[in-house]
Amino acid sequence: MSNNVNTAVEEVQEIHMHRDDFGSKMGMWLFLFTEVLLFGGLFLLYASYRYIYPEAFIVASGELDVFMGGVNTVILLTSSLTVVLGIVALQKGNKRLSLSFLWITVFFGLLFLVNKYFEWGAKFHHGIYPKGPALQDMSDGEIMYFGLYYVMTGLHGLHIVVGLAFIGFVMWQIKKDVLTATNFQRLENAGLYWHLVDIIWIFLFPLFYLIH
Amino acid sequence: MDTNNHHDEHNDGHIAEAHHPSYGVNILVWIGLLSLTAITVAIAGINLGSLALAVALIIATVKSLFVVNFFMHVKFDNKLLKIFIGICILVFVIVLILTFFDLTFRF
Repeated sequence: MSNNVNTAVEEVQEIHMHRDDFGSKMGMWLFLFTEVLLFGGLFLLYASYRYIYPEAFIVASGELDVFMGGVNTVILLTSSLTVVLGIVALQKGNKRLSLSFLWITVFFGLLFLVNKYFEWGAKFHHGIYPKGPALQDMSDGEIMYFGLYYVMTGLHGLHIVVGLAFIGFVMWQIKKDVLTATNFQRLENAGLYWHLVDIIWIFLFPLFYLIH
Repeated sequence: MDTNNHHDEHNDGHIAEAHHPSYGVNILVWIGLLSLTAITVAIAGINLGSLALAVALIIATVKSLFVVNFFMHVKFDNKLLKIFIGICILVFVIVLILTFFDLTFRF
């Protein structure tokens, strides 16, 4: 008897499988708002210290490689494009093409991290790290600049890692046909996260690299 | 250009339907974003003095608007979502202004 009831319930659930894509998207955006305020706090700190130490920020910014930062900007913008193209491809029912675009995104994401590794590595090599010999000789403003530089690009880098994991998970679900041309909201959500990380970089790049 | 991808599945308004731009529009937006990046780097080389920061921030904001509207599909999205995003940005701007009130009058 109770077995019959259970199967009946399962059948009903299968027929009226409830899926709320709009709710899913809204949930993702609400999470993104908390991310905006998380980075927003750091941008406030940046604005305050740049206001207090305008000269030192210009001097310290000279240590950064504009070319490297520019390359990383192009890499992230392109990876954002490939995510969107991956969504379009899935919506058009082209699973293989969608996965190819997302692989390119993963490749660019990793390339971004490799560049960051070399950038940070070069600074460490020059003694610019907490308690490092070069950093200790700097003025208060320059020390603030590098503190903010490491925290903000570091937190951003961490978001790249999380974004890559999210995209990897979604790719696996596309491969398994869990996500399809009619059920793609989770891919969109992964894309939203990736684009937010891109937007944060769009602001980090001029604020840290392009001060003269 | 096929921008609509309707399906026959039962849809009570909660299931997402695709009404986003195709490949071409997104590639154009990307080209625009790369151009703005080139412009912001080029402008940084010119000595604009105190205007430099404002120009850099305006270009970054324009780039973000492109990403939010096209890549994040907000342009094609529900009005409620736009209001939410507006409130989020407004909160940040208010806090930014209050912070600068503190900074300018305290020191």
